Amino acid sequence: MGGVAKGQIVREIDALGGQSGIISDKTMIQFRMLNRSKGPAMWSPRCQSDRVMFAQEWRDTLERTMNVDFWQDTVSEIIVKDDRVRGVKTSLGVTISGKSVVLTNGTFLNGQMFIGEKTFGGGRTGERSATGLTEQLVSLGFETGRMKTGTPPRVDGRSLNFSRMEEQMGDENPGKFSYSDTAALTKQRSCWITYTDESVHNVLKEGFEKSPMFTGRIKGLGPRYCPSIEDKINRFADKDRHQIFVEPEGWNTVEVYVNGFSTSLPEEVQHRALQKIAGFEKAKMFRPGYAVEYDFFPPTQLKPTLETIKVANLFFAGQINGTTGYEEAACQGLIAGINAHQNVHEKEPFTVKRSEGYVGVLIDDLITKGTEEPYRMFTSRAEFRTLLRQDNADLRLTEMGHKLGLASDERWANTKAKQVSIDRLTQLFRETKLRPEEVNDWLVNRESAPLREKSTVYSLLKRPEIETADALTLLEMASTAAENELQSYAKETVEQAVIELKYDDYLSRERQNAEKLSRWESLEIAPIFDFDNVKALSFEGREKLKKLRPRTIGQATRISGVSPSDISILLVYMGR
Amino acid sequence: MIHQLHPIAALATAPGIGAIAVIRVSGEGAIALTDKAFRGKRLVGQPGHTAHFGTFRHADRGNEPGSVIDEVLVTVFRSPHSFTKEDVVEISCHGSEYIVRQILTRLTELGAQLARPGEFTQRAFLNGQFDLVQAEAVADVIAADSAASHRAALSQLRGGFSKRLKDLRQQLIDFVALVELELDFGEEDVEFAKRDQLRRLMTNIQGVIRPLIESFAAGNVIKNGVPTVIIGKPNAGKSTLLNALLNEEKAIVSDIPGTTRDVIEDELFIDGVRFRLIDTAGLRDTTDTIEAIGVARTRQQIEKAALVVYLFDGQSTTPEELREMIAELDESGKPYILVGNKADLITLHQQAAVTDAITKAGGRPDGIHEVPPILWISAKNAQIDELKSTLSAQVRTNGAMQTGSAVVTNARHLQHLTATDEALARAVAAVDAGTSADWIAMDLRIALRELGELTGEVTTDDLLESIFSRFCIGK
Repeated sequence: MGGVAKGQIVREIDALGGQSGIISDKTMIQFRMLNRSKGPAMWSPRCQSDRVMFAQEWRDTLERTMNVDFWQDTVSEIIVKDDRVRGVKTSLGVTISGKSVVLTNGTFLNGQMFIGEKTFGGGRTGERSATGLTEQLVSLGFETGRMKTGTPPRVDGRSLNFSRMEEQMGDENPGKFSYSDTAALTKQRSCWITYTDESVHNVLKEGFEKSPMFTGRIKGLGPRYCPSIEDKINRFADKDRHQIFVEPEGWNTVEVYVNGFSTSLPEEVQHRALQKIAGFEKAKMFRPGYAVEYDFFPPTQLKPTLETIKVANLFFAGQINGTTGYEEAACQGLIAGINAHQNVHEKEPFTVKRSEGYVGVLIDDLITKGTEEPYRMFTSRAEFRTLLRQDNADLRLTEMGHKLGLASDERWANTKAKQVSIDRLTQLFRETKLRPEEVNDWLVNRESAPLREKSTVYSLLKRPEIETADALTLLEMASTAAENELQSYAKETVEQAVIELKYDDYLSRERQNAEKLSRWESLEIAPIFDFDNVKALSFEGREKLKKLRPRTIGQATRISGVSPSDISILLVYMGR
Repeated sequence: MIHQLHPIAALATAPGIGAIAVIRVSGEGAIALTDKAFRGKRLVGQPGHTAHFGTFRHADRGNEPGSVIDEVLVTVFRSPHSFTKEDVVEISCHGSEYIVRQILTRLTELGAQLARPGEFTQRAFLNGQFDLVQAEAVADVIAADSAASHRAALSQLRGGFSKRLKDLRQQLIDFVALVELELDFGEEDVEFAKRDQLRRLMTNIQGVIRPLIESFAAGNVIKNGVPTVIIGKPNAGKSTLLNALLNEEKAIVSDIPGTTRDVIEDELFIDGVRFRLIDTAGLRDTTDTIEAIGVARTRQQIEKAALVVYLFDGQSTTPEELREMIAELDESGKPYILVGNKADLITLHQQAAVTDAITKAGGRPDGIHEVPPILWISAKNAQIDELKSTLSAQVRTNGAMQTGSAVVTNARHLQHLTATDEALARAVAAVDAGTSADWIAMDLRIALRELGELTGEVTTDDLLESIFSRFCIGK
């Protein structure tokens, strides 16, 4: 779970009161804060989870949740009356009525798996695909498309020679995802890094003529950014090696995930190629990698709540919307679930703005622009990423989660208390002055210019060479420091206060920009608005607007082909 | 509910030379903003619908107060009782494009943005000032305006600059993509953006856009004529020279004393170049010989001009006076022509002595630059051909004023170029300070967006496209 941009999403889910962070914390076998060498906006938590424990912990959590009933079966049909969903029918012939339905079909809708020249129906190893549902939705007027993803082979860790690989250990002081009081890891398992080379590539190339990708049997769109190993070799022929991450699947299993080696070549080719990789000479395979092709529904057919436009109270979340990744799916599940609940209780819809969270960026991108390939989150997709940091997700979102009744009172009280501490610390940093004799030795030692006159801790924090971790040290040097008080601040609180001060000029500019744009987000375009009536619009702008039907002026500004003058014209026409 | 947005400014009257021009400033803080350049009553405290007379000024230079751009009448409107329903200030100034530009430039320095086509109307509409029928007409105007300005953009950015900017923007996209790659995929086996290369690219772009920014003034020079000022002591013969220049060009000059005060400028065409002789009203006042030219007044005049003609009396001017003036002119950085008048009354030998005196006595303390040659004329006898060819040669040879090179005349382009330059400057400074890539990327993305406004759209999709097409990433 986690990773760059994805770790921020898990933190956001947690801040809203979702479970992904807590369950990751309870089941992780390794934790790393990625991008530590970069600025705080880029710090991204990532963990390696025990796959079996993860599933078990989820199940336990659900079973402990009040008012949740279970029925395990395959949905074959949704029941729709008067453009409103009424429930589902299952393949066992059971009818379950419900006011809201959330479809989270993953890769199962007409899922088709490929290994070399072999093809079989299924959404995941050993699990059948779901048929009929796509066809029913199409008959209701939904558009559908095909996407493709893949997985690498799993191998027996006992057959690997780790001495030929680089060890990648977890962080010395491991962090965690949840803002609640989950425990941090005390012991961790390592991952390993190795590389492919020409000999590996040559073996793989032997299988190209049997590749379902290159022979055209897979028609779905695969992602450009996590391509299969054969795609990497094919498209980037000049690259003579590719990185392979060797990841244990749990505390007590020998099963290893060969990340970076996703492939749908014949299993015999997979195995031979694997054995050419340094450390894999004697590798035994548990399961081959495969590609899977599945149906998705272009997400432009959704409202910002993830409710479908066509059928009221029907929600889509996850790969059915063309996304890839656990974190992307998890946050959609949360938003769809919240809104399914809100609808049933006739409460206000719940959405997160682009300037408030990656969750907001993700959903807005999906519903505004759709996606041509499996959508994965990147920090570069967020125009205000310096505001959407992993350290402040609670300050951004917990209040909203609490209002929904999702984040507990305790969680909200903690967030409020944290804010009070941050404010107090901020004041201390701004007001505490250090005399040259108090700090100069330390500064010189840190290769930072000594002070000539009294100076605030705040001004020292602005120096690039002074780090977040130095902040309290500096405060303590002041003769006025109240040491007892300083020790009471949590590490996260200090970090948060320092980041906001150290980068305040950048952050205030970013906030100003966000505020400027937020006005457009609140200007709604009526669903019945007739773009054809607006003759002054540019041709391309009108066509795009008609096709994508943005809900707000803000969304319209993000559609390529809609020019600034089109926006001005729309504003004028729309009224308020 | 009234929305007060960031202050915007634009000329509200039709462009071109009229008796007066009105510049409108609208938005949050419009009154306080204008107040900073206005010398007269404090505008901030004034009630709505009141008019105030005063001067509109350049920024202060150190302790010296900013020089006067023009005498203006400022009308204050308070929200919601204004055209846009925001706080509005209307500045009435003399109807010269030059003055209008100066005032607008000053307003943008103070934080106003130049209004997009139709933006005042748009705000008025958003604040409920019009009904839909009126709005429809407004929409057509916006469409027409933006189409026109787009055409103008293309034709204005000629001379290879348009293509060059596009190339540089593409290079910047590719580099920003590299920075983004480092941020989003830093854990993987990817190459990092080399800081020295990035820095070089940024300064390269600045090297291209800065002359464009500077050409804004020059561009207007070409379009609107070269603001030229004749300075010199009262007895130097300025009015005689002026008449000699203008009479030959059959310019309409009133004989009636005093009427010239209403005429801000006289025009003169030499070899197809338009010269605007500014501040001529005072020049005609030949009887007022007692008035000494104060340094401050001379400075003001030089500041307003793009080209300075310094006229001195060849008979009576001392070398010290000349040297002082040359130093003053050098400091201004403006191109100038030294003209010795009354050549008919002195010998060639005496002329040479004057030249000698200013060069040998070290007219320039630094001795680096050469003193421009003195041009000897007789204004009285209308012996001014050489002066005229020198004037036109100045325009042809002066890079900033050259008609052939790319010039920026559109104020909105200027704004985007300036914003690009500022963002790049911040990014360069950040690179030098060793700031981490996420913050550098923030300004790089601003630079890209602003450049994109000039050359076409840029979206984050462009960046991802650049990443995915070039790099093998993802597990």
